[in-house]
Amino acid sequence: MHAESEIRTPLILGNKTYKQITDDIIAPIEGKTSKWWYFLFTVAVLTALWGIASFTYTIGEGIGTWGSNNSVDWAWDITNFVWWIGIGHAGTLISAVLLLFRQKWRMAISRAAEAMTIFAVINAGLYVSLHTGRPWVDYWLFPLPNQFGSLWPNFNSPLLWDVFAVTTYMTVSIVFWYIGLIPDFATIRDRMVHKGWKKFYSILSFGWGGRVKHWQRFEEVSLVLAGLSTPLVFSVHSIVSFDFATSILPGWHTTIFPPYFVSGAVFSGFAMVLTLMLVIRKAYKLEQYLTIKHIEYMNILIIVTGSIVGVAYLTELFMAWYSGVEFEQYAFLNRATGPMAWSYWAMMTCNVISPQLFWIKKIRTSFLATFILSIVVNIGMWFERFVIIVPTLCRTFLPSSWATYTPSFVDVGMFIGTLGFFGVLFLLFSRYFPVIAIAETKTILKTSGENFKKLAAEHKHQNVEQH
Amino acid sequence: MLKKNKIHLMFGDEEPLMKTVHQLRQAGIRIKDAFTPFPVHGLDAAIGIPRTRIAIASFLFGISGTSLATLMMWYMMIYDWPIDIGGKPNWAYYYNLPAFIPITFESTVFCAAHLMVLTYLLSSWLLPGVSPKNPDTRTTDDKFMLYLELTDEQTKQAEEIARKNGVEEINHKGELYIEPKY
Repeated sequence: MHAESEIRTPLILGNKTYKQITDDIIAPIEGKTSKWWYFLFTVAVLTALWGIASFTYTIGEGIGTWGSNNSVDWAWDITNFVWWIGIGHAGTLISAVLLLFRQKWRMAISRAAEAMTIFAVINAGLYVSLHTGRPWVDYWLFPLPNQFGSLWPNFNSPLLWDVFAVTTYMTVSIVFWYIGLIPDFATIRDRMVHKGWKKFYSILSFGWGGRVKHWQRFEEVSLVLAGLSTPLVFSVHSIVSFDFATSILPGWHTTIFPPYFVSGAVFSGFAMVLTLMLVIRKAYKLEQYLTIKHIEYMNILIIVTGSIVGVAYLTELFMAWYSGVEFEQYAFLNRATGPMAWSYWAMMTCNVISPQLFWIKKIRTSFLATFILSIVVNIGMWFERFVIIVPTLCRTFLPSSWATYTPSFVDVGMFIGTLGFFGVLFLLFSRYFPVIAIAETKTILKTSGENFKKLAAEHKHQNVEQH
Repeated sequence: MLKKNKIHLMFGDEEPLMKTVHQLRQAGIRIKDAFTPFPVHGLDAAIGIPRTRIAIASFLFGISGTSLATLMMWYMMIYDWPIDIGGKPNWAYYYNLPAFIPITFESTVFCAAHLMVLTYLLSSWLLPGVSPKNPDTRTTDDKFMLYLELTDEQTKQAEEIARKNGVEEINHKGELYIEPKY
């Protein structure tokens, strides 16, 4: 048992026992579905249907239905792809990097954050598979023996690296998430009274019994997966940034892109985790497990990553000026003062200025302020990707190929649709799966539970008096 | 024929469980198995279970992934169909090596992670539809259980140790007869 100083803020509030933890976390699964859930689910399904309609229309008619044109050949598709995959990065960061650093506060958020990762990456995958134009031949991206002679995919291309990176990232994230879920499904299985649901969770739990040898393997597997996921998560967004950085376009061809994209991804991901967790916390009455301290820790990470992103923006500007390359300088001048300057300044305000408010403790520890700012950051990070892609492509080397861009209703429908699809998956997850890792939370009760901390403090006090 | 009693010792907390395990081991009693709701730190070592080698397996799977990706890209890009891109043909693997690093890395992680997880699930026999491995359903909630197979003499000794450490329940689950080996 690790000892922990009693002056550290407890991570589990109230007078909890192991049984209480099980009861509290499983309560939303065993209880009746609330009206709010049905309401949100209906909204999510309807918006997802709108998305499906837009996707179907795109597949039937082709990507000419989008607002993209000859000059601006990447627009909302890649913006949204990068936005979604960036959001996904926080889940892996929380469950893998914070596991390696033994941060106990990750327990309360890791499960939901990983679920968010998977659903976000699924949406990102939808965009990339559609933006190829002919999604039914997407299997050409994989190195399969074929009748073209055999013609292989080009392994020198960053776009192909992306295929491998995203595939690996998605499958490894799903596996990591599920390995952690197995013991919790077993807990639910052993409590369920209803026969059908018992069978359902029995299948999901893979026959887990909590044998000592299995726990030993479980811990080792989690640790190794965390060790593998940490470089993986950095590689994925680095490779996403290579899609831009290895091109010759001014504004894209910069070496700062990989670290800048990775920190931006973590920044936006944490914002999304906050948005979702603040709702879940209230809706499922998990206030004692997801305390203001957890929120504060996440807000501190938002300041750190937000500041890295801010420094990256300024570095880009400086390097454009310092390089002496006119095209490079114009790319940034165009972003900041061109026809789409509003998007640049929206990005600057949301991503650079707004997170700095978290330096004030009152704002950092306020649920309402955190919720609002987390949405602001989500919007800001969407604009970041938009700014990188659209204004840059609108004005490239040749003025004769300069163009402008407006999204079509299909673009809008697809984006809203992916938000709805994400909502559907996340609502189903929060209704039927444990949103907090039950077994893992129990391991920190003795060191970080409020009642045990008090007990330890009293004990210490007595010892001092005796001596 | 050797008669052994099957015994379930049920605890409400990990501390009496650990104490009991240490004392049983000191008394020379073998612990068949333990069932806990969460990974109890140090329990595996206390029971005398050797460290898992799954991390080594993962390393081996990982380097297989590295080799596989290298072989694949060499065959496709260098041997089978070298492409001339912008006057930079793929004549030798090492010329293009920087471009091959990302996929080599991804393949390493892919194989290390997935094959390790598969090994974990198969060696622990955790698969959809498998019947639950815990004999008592409370062990996935808040109870900690030791499973022992003991002779009558050992049973008495073990029960004494368990009671001293505050065991909550001692359940006898029938007997087991072992054919002596000649």
